[in-house]
Amino acid sequence: MTEEILRVENLNKYYGDWQALHDINLTLHKGEVLTLLGPSGSGKSTLIRCLNGLETFSSGAIYFKGKKIDGSSKTWQALRQKIGMVFQSYDLFPNLTVIENIMLAPVKVQKRSEKEVRAEAISLLKRVELDEYVDIYPRELSGGQKQRIAIVRALALHPEIMLFDEVTASLDPEMVRGVLQIMADLAKKDHMTMIIVTHEMNFARQIADQVLFLEDGKILENTSGKEFFAHPQTDRARDFLTSMDF
Amino acid sequence: MEHSAINVFFAGNNFARILQGLWTSVWIAALSLLIGLVLGTLLGILRTLPNKTIRFILRAYLEFFRIVPTIVLLYLVYYILPRSLHINWPASWMAVLAFSLWVSAEFSDIVRGAIESVPVTQKESGQALGLSASQLFRYVLLPQAMQLELPATINLATRVIKTTSLLMLISIMDVIAIGQQIIEANNQQYPSAVFWIYGLIFILYFAIDYPLSLWAKRLAAKQKR
Repeated sequence: MTEEILRVENLNKYYGDWQALHDINLTLHKGEVLTLLGPSGSGKSTLIRCLNGLETFSSGAIYFKGKKIDGSSKTWQALRQKIGMVFQSYDLFPNLTVIENIMLAPVKVQKRSEKEVRAEAISLLKRVELDEYVDIYPRELSGGQKQRIAIVRALALHPEIMLFDEVTASLDPEMVRGVLQIMADLAKKDHMTMIIVTHEMNFARQIADQVLFLEDGKILENTSGKEFFAHPQTDRARDFLTSMDF
Repeated sequence: MEHSAINVFFAGNNFARILQGLWTSVWIAALSLLIGLVLGTLLGILRTLPNKTIRFILRAYLEFFRIVPTIVLLYLVYYILPRSLHINWPASWMAVLAFSLWVSAEFSDIVRGAIESVPVTQKESGQALGLSASQLFRYVLLPQAMQLELPATINLATRVIKTTSLLMLISIMDVIAIGQQIIEANNQQYPSAVFWIYGLIFILYFAIDYPLSLWAKRLAAKQKR
């Protein structure tokens, strides 16, 4: 087994009286792809957002490379350079050009040289076939293009884990493939450690080393990708796969 | 001849004096806006932070300046400050002080509203990139807020320019005060001078404020699209 990179122990989250996450445990090793599956409102997004501090949690612990995260905003701020995240709504900064969007955090947060970051940004843009849009503002791009740039923006920080929260959910069907292709490429060629919330079952089956199946904030199954799609253990998981035409 | 009252403009150095008065109004308005916008931006940012005490105090500050009529404010700084605090500045500085505080209060609300209307996902995606709170404000939230608040800011500027017409009440020789002097001096000879002088002042204010108002309207329409 390779090095453990992220571990979650007995994580609980409440919104007031309502419990959103029940006793979540998971372990992620370097280079692994974990997908979080489950019906809407099952807590997948809440869980993934807990993993880079966008949501606080009520009890339990998260360990990054064996070190417990103390939960202070300063710790999270430093860790977020190592835990990249891409969102459903892309959220490029509309006041900045494509290249400025990508360069902002590496230059301002990591204090790297503009020249070096720019060169890397352009080579990343080439990789996602968008290098002709360097000086364009986001409003002129399609959803799929924006999402590819959002991925590049997160990668430019050299994260050790990438979190993808339903990144294709608001894209037109013809745009989805390009984005998924990039993610598959990251897993295969870069051996990027990734946690993916998705409703694309075919994609999940191809890419997932490990699957967590959640419902009502509880983990119902925690198995390998192969096992989950071939032999789901619970009725709920079987129903879910059927409902997704699987 | 009745219309010869227009001669009042050109008698002596009347026209130059009116422009001089206009300049007084303009620089007081401009300086107050400059100070008020900077201060208002800071206060506006503070009002978006979670600290409840700060928010309450700044809210009270806003309501105070919003409710108290500007004329009362001018009297306060002109009559009360020198007497009770022994601050003896020239009247024009006092006017700048009163106007700056008023602008900062109004602008803080504009800034707060604009920052809050930047989608929360923008803030989150900035946080997810490891930006600190101040970097988030500087590179992401404020530039977007500024775009949103520009029409309201221009409207505030036109209001400030208009309100300089109250300056004569604290003995500042603004365009209205000088206009009145000219009218009074020529009342015997040209009784209709009052019409011409105020007409000119109307045109001068209009010439400054109308382009601003048009600009604001155009920006607002553009944002709606």
